Amino acid sequence: MHELSIANSVVELCAERAMGARVLRVTLEIGRLSAVTPDAIRFCFDVCAKDTLLEGAALEIVETPGLARCLDCGASVEMTDLLARCACGSVNLELLAGSELKIKQMEVV
Amino acid sequence: MCTTCGCSKGAGTVITDPETGERIETPAEEESGAAREPGSWRQVAGGAAGVSVAAHLHARAHRHAHAAHVHEHDGHVHSHEHIHEQEAAIAAAVHGTTITLEQDLLAKNQLLAEHNRGWLASRHITALNLVSSPGAGKTTLLERTIRDLRDLQSAQIIQVIEGDQATLNDAERIRATGCRVVQINTGTGCHLDAGMVSRALAQLDPPSHAWLMIENVGNLVCPALFDLGEQAKVVILSVTEGEDKPLKYPHMFRASRLMLLSKIDLLPHLRFDVARCIAYARQVNPSIEVLQVSAQTGEGMKGWYAWLETVALAEAGETVRQGARGAAAGSY
Repeated sequence: MHELSIANSVVELCAERAMGARVLRVTLEIGRLSAVTPDAIRFCFDVCAKDTLLEGAALEIVETPGLARCLDCGASVEMTDLLARCACGSVNLELLAGSELKIKQMEVV
Repeated sequence: MCTTCGCSKGAGTVITDPETGERIETPAEEESGAAREPGSWRQVAGGAAGVSVAAHLHARAHRHAHAAHVHEHDGHVHSHEHIHEQEAAIAAAVHGTTITLEQDLLAKNQLLAEHNRGWLASRHITALNLVSSPGAGKTTLLERTIRDLRDLQSAQIIQVIEGDQATLNDAERIRATGCRVVQINTGTGCHLDAGMVSRALAQLDPPSHAWLMIENVGNLVCPALFDLGEQAKVVILSVTEGEDKPLKYPHMFRASRLMLLSKIDLLPHLRFDVARCIAYARQVNPSIEVLQVSAQTGEGMKGWYAWLETVALAEAGETVRQGARGAAAGSY
């Protein structure tokens, strides 16, 4: 259940940067291949935000799709999960996107 | 507990040195790494301290709201709370400021991990992060490794950091081999993080050129995300588990450099397809190395020791190259 760790990390990092201002909205970027489940983050976020500057803040999660380059044929491969294969059959793939785990921005008052 | 992690709230990490019996407890609050002074992030917004320009504007919006809207209707006074709620929304719409952060969520752990990595490199220590599901045989593998290398008259020093939610059982088993060990109990935590390992390293104080084995909490999910500062992750999969584990837990097998198939002495009694298991592992990680071992019979263990030597030599080579680069840079 590392999502609880991650959600707490979000609250901690945002609250540090908010410098005492109330946080209204937080936008996260979570890649589809990042091993983090957005729903679990949402579930944990409200719990972690309680009694902090982020209490009641809206959480927006932008999910970025997985993308890789085939190291055998050079094609771009859309990755829905880590088990995806290139159309040429190769699993020798270099991940280009989809493992992001970032706080994009927050809105404060 | 962990610096990136809230799963420890209310239950701090305990690091125990079984040799001295010394226990280092870290209260959960301190471990969050957050400042505790007034105005710190744990303080509820609306408290007295930590007033930024934005908060000040917000407060002005409230006062303005009170002046404009508090009035009587047929002897009924609008409640302040009601106005607060409404006006807070208005104030938000008026004064909401967007701050771009673009910050990696695991940055804190990553920073501590790089610190560990630098510290280990300065002592020429080879560190491995051993991961598996519970019961795959990590501790048994370590016991055998320590005893075998000693029997082979190897001068190589091995030290161990044990990670478990609770008990000193594994540390006691390692200690019985005569090896120096420190136990981390994570309390409610499901993985080791770089902060815990940093504190355990301070307690362990491993000598130069040692091999450090970090036995992570038995879990094939969370430890994949948390770098500890190791050279490589080694995933241990016992043949009593399903051969499709690499497909079920692809993140861990993708993050590991070596897969050790353990308990192969049991293969005659099981329907475990070794070739298929290896194919699955290579499907999620084409460059993963695979060794088959039995810590009971000793079969395949020599290959594991040779692999350890290779990793240690590569580490030494890297350090020498860095030293040479440093010397070259210094000669100008």
